Amino acid sequence: MTVAESTHEHDAHGHHSPEAHVAHHFESPQQQFDSGKLGIWMFLITEVLFFSGMFCAYAIYRSLHPEIFIDAAKELNAMLGALNTVVLIVSSLTMAWAVRAAQLSQKKLLIVLLWITLALAGVFLGVKTVEYTTKFQHELYPGIYNHFAQEQYPTVADKYVSKENQASGGAEHATEAPAHGEEHSEEHGSTPATGEHEEHAHAEAGGHAHAEAGGHGHGGAQGVRNIHIFFGIYYMMTGIHAIHIIGGMGAIGWLIYRANKGEFSSEYFGPVDYVGLYWHLVDLIWIYLFPLLYLIH
Amino acid sequence: MSVGSTPDKFQAANLDGAQTREDNYLLASSGVGSWLFTLDHKRIGVMYLVGILVSFFLGGIFALILRAELFTGTKLFLTEDQYNQMFTLHGAVMTFLFIIPSIPAALGNFVLPVMLGQKDVAFPRMNLGSFYLWVVGAIFFLCAIIFGGLDTGWTFYTPYSVTTSTRVILALLGVFVLGFSSIFTGLNFIVTINTMRPHGMTWFKMPLFLWSIYATSIIQLLATPVLGITGLLLIAERALHIGIFDPEMGGDPVLFQHFFWFYSHPAVYIMILPAMGIISELIAVFSRKHIFGYRFIAYSSIAIALLGFLVWGHHMFVSGQSQLAAVVFSGLTFSVSIPSAIKVFNWLATMYKGSISLATPMCYALAFIFLFTIGGLTGLFLGALATDIQLHDTYFVVAHFHYVMMGGTLVAFVGGLYYWWPKMFGVMYNENAGRLFCLIVFLGFNLTFFPQFIMGARGMPRRYARYVEEFQIYHQLSTLGAFLLGIGMVGAIGVLLYSLYRGKKAPANPWGANTLEWMCSSPPPLANFDNPPPVGDPYDYSNLRYDEREGGYVTVPGPAKKTSSH
Amino acid sequence: MSDHAQPNDDSHDHGIHAHVMSMSTLFGTFAALLVLTGLTVAIYEIDFGAIDIWVAMGIATVKATLVAVYFMHLRYEKPFITLSFLFSLAFVALFISVSLMDAREYEPQVEALHNAQMQEAAE
Ligand code: HEM
Ligand SMILES: [Cu+2]
Repeated sequence: MTVAESTHEHDAHGHHSPEAHVAHHFESPQQQFDSGKLGIWMFLITEVLFFSGMFCAYAIYRSLHPEIFIDAAKELNAMLGALNTVVLIVSSLTMAWAVRAAQLSQKKLLIVLLWITLALAGVFLGVKTVEYTTKFQHELYPGIYNHFAQEQYPTVADKYVSKENQASGGAEHATEAPAHGEEHSEEHGSTPATGEHEEHAHAEAGGHAHAEAGGHGHGGAQGVRNIHIFFGIYYMMTGIHAIHIIGGMGAIGWLIYRANKGEFSSEYFGPVDYVGLYWHLVDLIWIYLFPLLYLIH
Repeated sequence: MSVGSTPDKFQAANLDGAQTREDNYLLASSGVGSWLFTLDHKRIGVMYLVGILVSFFLGGIFALILRAELFTGTKLFLTEDQYNQMFTLHGAVMTFLFIIPSIPAALGNFVLPVMLGQKDVAFPRMNLGSFYLWVVGAIFFLCAIIFGGLDTGWTFYTPYSVTTSTRVILALLGVFVLGFSSIFTGLNFIVTINTMRPHGMTWFKMPLFLWSIYATSIIQLLATPVLGITGLLLIAERALHIGIFDPEMGGDPVLFQHFFWFYSHPAVYIMILPAMGIISELIAVFSRKHIFGYRFIAYSSIAIALLGFLVWGHHMFVSGQSQLAAVVFSGLTFSVSIPSAIKVFNWLATMYKGSISLATPMCYALAFIFLFTIGGLTGLFLGALATDIQLHDTYFVVAHFHYVMMGGTLVAFVGGLYYWWPKMFGVMYNENAGRLFCLIVFLGFNLTFFPQFIMGARGMPRRYARYVEEFQIYHQLSTLGAFLLGIGMVGAIGVLLYSLYRGKKAPANPWGANTLEWMCSSPPPLANFDNPPPVGDPYDYSNLRYDEREGGYVTVPGPAKKTSSH
Repeated sequence: MSDHAQPNDDSHDHGIHAHVMSMSTLFGTFAALLVLTGLTVAIYEIDFGAIDIWVAMGIATVKATLVAVYFMHLRYEKPFITLSFLFSLAFVALFISVSLMDAREYEPQVEALHNAQMQEAAE
């Protein structure tokens, strides 16, 4: 293929070594390419439906309990979300450009662009890690490990979480993030009475350490019940999205390996195109996740 | 090895013993590795077949244990907890490991590319991957069984699935992986049918089996991912208590049911559509008549696939779903019966004035029509709001879905297996033994499940290990039937296995069918066809004559075909 | 379903026919995406009230369409692919809208139950 490449740099219709990459059950490179193309699109369709489950859960809880989302989203850092959006858009550009490079047999450019895409994916994950770590420092874990959940459901927490692992209470992060605390209490001056009730009910019934929620800096926890549902959805959505990014990185790595061996050219670039499509879909999903999770008020 | 419309050529070659290894996919290479790493769709189909039959056997043992325990209303040998585990495992193994992959992945894999005159499916590697995902899923299930069992019912309803101490997560991982196996199969078939049909095979010259597989694949692609995410969310719920499905944490268990049935109702059409495809082939071939209403049958497959997505809420009439949703879903449920009935009427019309031969596959096809009709009609009682309040979660439901799934899909699967067996392994089974066990299966099946309609309507709830005196007679009939059915099934499979050792050599076209898979030798050569054979009307039998010497049908130059071939 | 079973046999050149995106399209799309991201963030401060989410979703949909049409070159694919993709979105819509419709319908009952339980606990 390397020979082919150097002699026919820009010839999209070369007439040589056509069978090199055509599997025995296909009749022509075109049939093979069309099959691969249809196949990847069908796969993307399954991805869309796969994510739709989480969007469904999101839609229902947001529609029924907007207060949870308004309150909890304050804990997210919109700037980091925006940064990651830009990172993914740039990586989509480099990926689309890489497909073009492959189609035009520009081997060096292809490899460089794939590396950049891979690096940007790494940056995305890095930012994600920073985000998750800050959440964890604030004991905003998923599910019953989330301190809001433990305050609201102390008996459930006792059932599933050992005492040592239970949240240490909100008092510290009120000081860690004073700005947060203030913002919240302002926002929720007019909390519905039922929510208030509930906290007290627990405080009395459970006599639980965490039930002294009154002294706790996060206004949100007092006013709005079931804040942890937002975090459940947030972690599932971003986590599963991140797993797709990691999968994509694997695929791009594999492309780089094959590109280095000079396997791609104007006559055979299917895999670059397919991985590209996958990568764009992952970007496309993030385009929705960003405003849905980070920009709520 | 060139392939034309004259199968006798191969036959001659085979009889001469001049067969080369390439002429028989079973002999093309040998050794365990040649099977485990094969990319040949035929071998993958055979491996699937073995796996599926083993699962069916396992699920069947569970079923017989259940039925034995139910012989009396008091404890025989299972505690209530063990009974719960047993019906869960039976249901989960039968649905996820057996019935969903049964026809598409085992028979479809073998037959589909040959029916298209091609060498393989579009993505052979993905095909093998799909099989190994199935194996991994099965291993997860086995682990769940070994390390503590599962007692949620195959439906995994919350909140119980969050609190039970059995191995929900392992089973869900299994379901997740099996889902991907199913998706890969469907994806492969869609692409293969779209891009690899041979010259002259337009959409409306495709055999109806392919239409039904295509419709099935659409459902597999659109519904199965939702099962995947449902499983993941439930795993997260159980491990972390994220509060989406678990009411203890502010979640919504009815939402879980929406998620679950958005997949699982369409999934029953993943089970039944391929069965209908097989029946369309069998009825036409064994009536020696052109299929009646080809287009209607083809379109009704697609219609069933799509309408199947609109009715999932009929499983939730009594579980807290809103009245509005219940009314809408009930109404829509009735619409699915239209395309189903279209098929049944077209099959009957095909048989009308046909010259019917009661070969074993045809016996199964007739059993299918009878049983599926009962299963389908009883479904209407369950789809009607008022009656379902009474019938929900009773044995009426159990009887209904067994009539559809076992009486429908399983019977069609066995019928298809008998039909393609000569093609798959190159041997003929014993026709009389085949018919005998078909009869036993039919009688045993009805004896098992018909009494369940009666006791269900009288209020016997499902998923109970104990019952009151008044139901005893029905349960005992049912248990007797179950063992008769067991004998029938073992016999039916036994007849096929026996033929592997003692069966007569199969001709290329034993039944006189006109779909392309009968135009290559039995068993097919490694590459099926060098070039796609000429395509004609798949249901035109006018040019096929029985040849005594061959023991099968050969093409004779007859009156000009109605439709041009090439 | 207009796609053909066979690629045209008469094309004896072995190249693959696929559209090559021009650099200007790629960068134009990229720039539009950046601008729209900026817009999303900028209007975040503005309170549109109830239609907030629809504004945000609208912009996201424009962005998603740009990605699909140009980066994923849907525009140059067979219509079958575009149709399949849109078709799948219809199923997503079905799933979400029906579940949501039902959840909204029975929500008052859930709320009533919750209040009753709170009442009980308070007594
Ligand atoms: C095609 C084969 C079959 C399929 C797909 C199938 C499927 C199922 C399913 C999905 C369930 C529900 C499990 C649950 O409630 O979680 C079930 C229950 C049951 N099945 Fe089967 N089954 C098959 C064959 C059989 C056979 C052959 C028998 C008896 C000989 C049988 C007897 C039972 C019994 C006794 C129950 C439990 C009913 C209850 O307690 O509610 N099944 N089956
Ligand atoms: Cu259903």
